[in-house]
Amino acid sequence: MTIRSVRRRTVRLAGGGAAALLALTACGSSGPSASSAASAGKPSGTVTVFAAASLKEGFTALGRTFEAAHPGTRVVFDFGGSDTLAASITSGAPADVFAAASPRTMQTVTDAKDAAGTPVTFVRNRLEIATPPGNPRGIRGLADLAAPGLKVALCAAEVPCGAAARKALDAAGVRLTPVSYEQDVRSALTKVELKEVDASVVYRTDVRAASGRVDGVEFPESSRAVNDYPVVLLKNAPNAGAAREFVALVTSPEGAKVLTGAGFLAP
Amino acid sequence: MTSRTPSDAAARPGRGGPRRPDARRLRRGVPPALLLPALLGLAFLVLPLVGLLVRAPWSDLPRQLADPQVWQALRLSLTTATAATAVVLVLGVPLAWLLARTEFPGRRLLRALVTLPLVLPPVVGGVALLLALGRNGIAGRWLDSAFGITLPFTTAGVVVAEAFVAMPFLVISVEGTLRAADPRFEEAAATLGASRLTAFRRVTLPLIAPGVAAGAVLAWARALGEFGATITFAGNFPGRTQTMPLAVYLALQDDPEAAVTLSLVLLAVSVTVLAALRDRWTAAA
Amino acid sequence: MTAPSPGTGSPAAGPAGPDSPGLDAHLVVERGAFRLDVRLTAAPGEVLALLGPNGSGKTTALRALAGLTPLTGGRVRLDGASLEDAPPEERPVGVVFQDYLLFPHLTALDNVAFGPRCQGVPRARARALAAGWLDRMGLADRAGAKPRRLSGGQAQRVALARALATEPRLLLLDEPLAALDARTRLEVRAALRRHLADFDAVAVLVTHDPLDAMVLADRVVVVEGGRAVQDGTPADIARHPRTDYVARLVGLNLYQGRAEGRTVRLDGGAAVTADGDLTGPAFVAFPPAAVTVHRERPTASSARNLWRCEVAGLEAQGDRIRLDLTGELPLAADLTAEAAAELRLHPGAAVWATVKAAQVRAYPA
Repeated sequence: MTIRSVRRRTVRLAGGGAAALLALTACGSSGPSASSAASAGKPSGTVTVFAAASLKEGFTALGRTFEAAHPGTRVVFDFGGSDTLAASITSGAPADVFAAASPRTMQTVTDAKDAAGTPVTFVRNRLEIATPPGNPRGIRGLADLAAPGLKVALCAAEVPCGAAARKALDAAGVRLTPVSYEQDVRSALTKVELKEVDASVVYRTDVRAASGRVDGVEFPESSRAVNDYPVVLLKNAPNAGAAREFVALVTSPEGAKVLTGAGFLAP
Repeated sequence: MTSRTPSDAAARPGRGGPRRPDARRLRRGVPPALLLPALLGLAFLVLPLVGLLVRAPWSDLPRQLADPQVWQALRLSLTTATAATAVVLVLGVPLAWLLARTEFPGRRLLRALVTLPLVLPPVVGGVALLLALGRNGIAGRWLDSAFGITLPFTTAGVVVAEAFVAMPFLVISVEGTLRAADPRFEEAAATLGASRLTAFRRVTLPLIAPGVAAGAVLAWARALGEFGATITFAGNFPGRTQTMPLAVYLALQDDPEAAVTLSLVLLAVSVTVLAALRDRWTAAA
Repeated sequence: MTAPSPGTGSPAAGPAGPDSPGLDAHLVVERGAFRLDVRLTAAPGEVLALLGPNGSGKTTALRALAGLTPLTGGRVRLDGASLEDAPPEERPVGVVFQDYLLFPHLTALDNVAFGPRCQGVPRARARALAAGWLDRMGLADRAGAKPRRLSGGQAQRVALARALATEPRLLLLDEPLAALDARTRLEVRAALRRHLADFDAVAVLVTHDPLDAMVLADRVVVVEGGRAVQDGTPADIARHPRTDYVARLVGLNLYQGRAEGRTVRLDGGAAVTADGDLTGPAFVAFPPAAVTVHRERPTASSARNLWRCEVAGLEAQGDRIRLDLTGELPLAADLTAEAAAELRLHPGAAVWATVKAAQVRAYPA
């Protein structure tokens, strides 16, 4: 336990600045070999991260940063629907870190006492309307989605992007019947990319990730349905030491910079 | 050489011969080397089912079942699976015949292609269907402009997606039966003046009926459980494209107990239907 | 009367011309190293047998006539029309397959009605036609039976009825008796012979059994290794086998007559005593090796069959000599070379021939 508490302090210290973190890890990398590093408190081995699908671009970049800073480590991601990932974790999946797209899904993990510590909100995401390139139907806001003959895909109410979309539509006083309630945000976006629908309501980050294949239309009601993204170290983490370092990177300004670059908002 | 020896002939159907009474088969012992793995295999299949039954929220069941959306999804599942089976029969039996009874270059490749939906992840299959039959798909564009037909997000789209994944089950089953069936019955029909179509309809089809039925059952079961291709190609809208597996998946997102209930309903209905069909066939045979 | 003459049609005098009725075929089928190359001609009413061992190509020849195996060369003319490019269903050809291939899901009646139905005959009329054919075959009471409930002999007759119901101009029979047990075979062979006699078009049957060929056919074509090695009436072939194979296979003295008890009075006047009791039209047969030849009338012989003959020819075949004898009863006899030398046989020599009754088989005709 002593080692851990020491390391926690180190993390906080590192959290003070990306430069500090990088300096620290640079020191670590010049230390003893990777195999002995774990016992010596230096991150090593594989970190398994379960993360919401919308985090894919940002987290993949952060994973590379992490591996570069800590030679001998590997970050493995499982990107998926937050609920599916949460269900896997509560069923005993061997993951180190969980980053969810909503506090509600995170709560299923904390309720099951599978989290080590309290989840921290590291980014926020807001909705945008995705349209095919050039916005051929001239959509300017949520109200335009209710136009007759327009095909719209929404996320199902059971998944976070669907719940957020519903909130925003309610706030805008718009009633619309989509052609489909998609099972996750990716499939809602795919339908736009393939031009099977004229618009869908997805996260800003998804629009950013698919830039070139879809256009984004911002709308004011999105501020009424902002999604918090919490991250937490898991209680049964097989590689808690390195995982803690990864969480630190995610919540650091360095991490925030990478993630806002992917379209997220700082918390 | 095409001449056949009498022992060849004796093994063929259509001639009388003494039949071994079934009772004899029953009296023979089962070797443990077969029994043990068989029982293990059975347990492997049955255990997940037991898991569902044990974890089912029995006390909450009446409330869950009162939800009209459950019955809506079930009705949609049954009608689309049946329609998909019909599509698969109409297209798949002739395809199986083509594969089993004709020679043409590239036939091996075609057989491999037929099994493609088996190895393709269903979601990928759904995307492929969108690329082919979607509003902007290579064939879908034409369907749209020429006939005003769009398949995605419609009940017909569900049937298309289910037929796509279920087709190989029927084709493989029927092709196997055709290969085992004596092609000389078709030759006999030809010498009696039957065209290949007539020979197929009046001779081959009745002869392979058991294989067709088995394939249709497999296809129906596969269509009933179809999820990935359906949700990708036809989307998810209650009453129109939300079949039971889609309802189960979405329920799993925020109400796992409801998901278990829905699964049990789907399971109970399909087991009942399959058992009933099986009894009818064995009674008829 | 020197030869059995089953059937009503007399053997055709010569090959059918391009526009004359009957069959005129030159069948060439190449498959790998195997090459079938035979010419077959037959006049209407004639029954032609293709006789040969397994693998000789006779079944391929039959399939080629039916259109089931494509020709790589040659032609098939039937009643002046070219058939080689017609698919099987467009040829006026009926086939009785070796194992009959009755459709197992149809009753005997519907099996027979299948052909007429395919020719466009309305269902009721086709079934009436089929019932007529079954009645002619003595199977009126089995009309409703599925093939698996029919005995071997019944199935054979249903298959024949099914082939004849399309009124073919060429009837093909592939080993029509091979699937039957020995007892049924005798009855079915006699019945088949009667039906073939009634049939007014060309019939070609394929068999490896010389007795079937000689009893059923007006003319026999012996096929070996894809080629016709001999072509003639059954009696010709029996007495003048051209190859060792034919001699061994076809070496059979076969006669037709009327049986009364153990004695069969032949159409030519001679009498033959056989090993079993029989009444009515009959065939009698014995192998050439069963014949004993004497220069003087034997006195001590217990043989019941004793005929006075004259040597018409001698032919060496391997280690044996085959004698062609004429006289009271024309027959073929096989002797060892030593015996022939001892008897000082030469064409024109007078001899006595004896055969033990136990070696003579009689069959109902």
